[in-house]
Amino acid sequence: MRILSLAGRRLAASIPTLFLILIGVFLLLQMAPGDTVDALMAQMGGGDAATARELRQFYGLDLSIPMQLANYLWRLVRLDLGFSSIYGKPVASVILERLPPTILLMTASLSFAFFFGLVFGVIAARGVNRWPDTLISTLGLIFYATPSFWFGLMAIVVFSVYLQWLPSGGFEDIGTMQTGLWRVLDIARHLVLPTFTLGLIFLAIYLRIMRASMLEVLNLDFVRTARAKGLDETHVVTRHVLRNALLPMVTLIGLQAGTMLGGSVVVESVFSLPGLGRLAYESVVQRDLNTLLGIVFVSALLVIVVNFVTDLLYARLDPRISADS
Amino acid sequence: MDFTRLEINRRTALLTSAAIAANVINPMRAFAQETPRKGGVFNVHYGAEQRQLNPSLQASTGVYIIGGKIQENLVDLDADGKPVGVLAESWEATPDGKTVTFKLRKGITWHDGKPFTSDDVAFTAMNMWKKILNYGSTLQLFLTAVDTPDPQTAIFRYERPMPLNLLLRALPDLGYVSAKHLYENGDIRQNPTNLAPVGTGPFKFVKYERGQYIIADRNPDYWRPNAPYLDRIVWKVITDRAAAAAQMEAGELHYSPFSGLTISDMARLGKDKRFIVSTKGNEGNARTNTIEFNFRRKELSDIRVRRAIAHAINVPFFIENFLGDFAKLGTGPIPSTSTDFYPGADTPQYPYDKAKAVALLNEAGYKPGPGGTRFSLRLLPAPWGEDISLWSTFIQQSLQEIGIPVEIVRNDGGGFLKQVYDDHAFDLATGWHQYRNDPAVSTTVWYRSGQPKGAPWTNQWDWENKTVDKTIDDAATEVDPVKRKALYAEFVKEVNTELPVWMPIEQIFVTVITAKARNHSNTPRWGSSSWHDLWLSA
Repeated sequence: MRILSLAGRRLAASIPTLFLILIGVFLLLQMAPGDTVDALMAQMGGGDAATARELRQFYGLDLSIPMQLANYLWRLVRLDLGFSSIYGKPVASVILERLPPTILLMTASLSFAFFFGLVFGVIAARGVNRWPDTLISTLGLIFYATPSFWFGLMAIVVFSVYLQWLPSGGFEDIGTMQTGLWRVLDIARHLVLPTFTLGLIFLAIYLRIMRASMLEVLNLDFVRTARAKGLDETHVVTRHVLRNALLPMVTLIGLQAGTMLGGSVVVESVFSLPGLGRLAYESVVQRDLNTLLGIVFVSALLVIVVNFVTDLLYARLDPRISADS
Repeated sequence: MDFTRLEINRRTALLTSAAIAANVINPMRAFAQETPRKGGVFNVHYGAEQRQLNPSLQASTGVYIIGGKIQENLVDLDADGKPVGVLAESWEATPDGKTVTFKLRKGITWHDGKPFTSDDVAFTAMNMWKKILNYGSTLQLFLTAVDTPDPQTAIFRYERPMPLNLLLRALPDLGYVSAKHLYENGDIRQNPTNLAPVGTGPFKFVKYERGQYIIADRNPDYWRPNAPYLDRIVWKVITDRAAAAAQMEAGELHYSPFSGLTISDMARLGKDKRFIVSTKGNEGNARTNTIEFNFRRKELSDIRVRRAIAHAINVPFFIENFLGDFAKLGTGPIPSTSTDFYPGADTPQYPYDKAKAVALLNEAGYKPGPGGTRFSLRLLPAPWGEDISLWSTFIQQSLQEIGIPVEIVRNDGGGFLKQVYDDHAFDLATGWHQYRNDPAVSTTVWYRSGQPKGAPWTNQWDWENKTVDKTIDDAATEVDPVKRKALYAEFVKEVNTELPVWMPIEQIFVTVITAKARNHSNTPRWGSSSWHDLWLSA
């Protein structure tokens, strides 16, 4: 019951935010010079004025801006995301097609970053200021400072061009259409490089955070008590320290789930993955307002869901939090 | 990049002298003696997805690269750049130029099994080319009707004379036919066939996964004997140019058309024996880099200032150091690849001469003020192509030296077109002028006055010249090819004198293709053509 009311309050709080975001994006895109017909003209390499006029009517751009906004919001209330001008079909189905690759990539790289960030963070904290710590921290810094498109391209050059171990791009093998388990394995193979590329930067952040919070918790009184009880060091770290040190990590995941959606534009482009990030970029360049607003809407929903799950995790990790609410 | 140079030379020789061509073409015989191999999958780099794939509705390379294999045109260009029949077998025009009759090939069927007839041609011409197709609507403005006395005859009737050589040079791009039975009901623009095209071509559409790939398979009932050779073509959507280059190297792509890779990657792959990097096969897609002057700025409405700007920029230096072998010095709006209309370089030209530029500016009354500044300008570069970005920076630095500081304002595609051609919010703009085999298709609109506001790539400079307007109008309806050529030479002379737009660099798209490909790049618009004879060696 408590969880339900928490969820209810969360959702109620996020609806006004969602509308503000949508209106903001709508107005921002109005400020960009040119509309979707200009973008289409750019793509076609020209056309006459009569065609342009007809196209504007076709895309509903002959209405005033407040009318367009009102129309959009009214449609949204009825859960209709509208029609995509670049794809020629409903925005909802365009986004639905693009969602699986994005979510797969996001989950895979978040899990990768979280798991290895945690392991390396713990190792670094245990060996603080000795060589494992120095090595891990330096590597972390390098991963953090390197732009992900460069990582991606280098990974392609090494693993696809020279070693030829992994495919250089795409979501699945087009030549031989696989089914069932083979298809799953094929997609997994295609996602290895993108996952590493996207995950490395986040890995660097997680390991720094994990290292810091481990060091902090290791110095707390209850750890001394645990040690004084005669528990061995592994037991102290896994049962007592880790659980407390995880809180900042969980917070960070909630915050970064949103960043990951945006960060994947680059990775999706480099690895030619049909994800949401690239769709968003394309919609901006093509001034496809409906699709862009649809993506903002879905991304915002994703972020809300992830944050909600984070809150639940908090309660699981630290019972005091749910007692307070 | 010696190889590219060789290719360019070969092409030039081919187009100018038959005797030399016979010698130069000899190395190609080695290919001809190989027995064409059937089968294989050809993977093509597809950089920018379009909103639809039907070339009867949208004239752009991004559509031809796919739709051009599935649907066919009435005529195409042969190896020498001469019109050759595809769906049309023969044609003739009446002396007054108002009637053009096409005889169509017999026994051709659409991919869905229905017969192809003159009704399809008439329907496409009246409803698509005349009403929707960009450039088609201008070309066919005076088309009044297409008569179909029998299934193999289509008679085009025009209100004003239509030069046959203009029509035949425009139709390879603007003459793709769609099936009437699939389009006659409902809104053509929203027809689902636009994304799943049905044609008469050598390849049948199979599947389109947006953002990933498009697949077309061999058409077993294709009308040309023994064609096509390939089993399948896959177009892979890859937006990142560097990633596409890596996929070429990994062997996952066979062909990257229309300068799809970065200049440095093309130069690098050109040294690799596994690839052929060349401008051959793209002569029909020539373009020139521009500087567009806005006459609303009083400084720029002075011809001395425009000429000073042209004289201040060292174009040969820029080409040599930034574009390498992929470009050459241009001489005006009609590029040298246009054998039918190129007037030669004997028109007013503006070679690099800084002293002359300074003298012209002083003469015009724009003396250097405090800090050496005469006046400042806003330059809007188009976002397509690395070369434009480099060129705009080069303009900025060149003009700085003669006391004209330039602010570069960058936009994306839609923004650029809106600001330059609709809002006129620029002083200088720079982009590409695409030459489409005949100056009347997309070249003269850059100079003819009276263009509607907002029409991209047209005269939006607030410049009007009655003499030029008359030359353009006369040439557009002149049926005698010799007189037409003379009129266009006159036109180039006039616009190079007045300089409302300067076109000092000539470029042809660069092809990167696997060395295993055979019968490739063998026509001036090969990337757009049907690839019925393309095959891959083992």
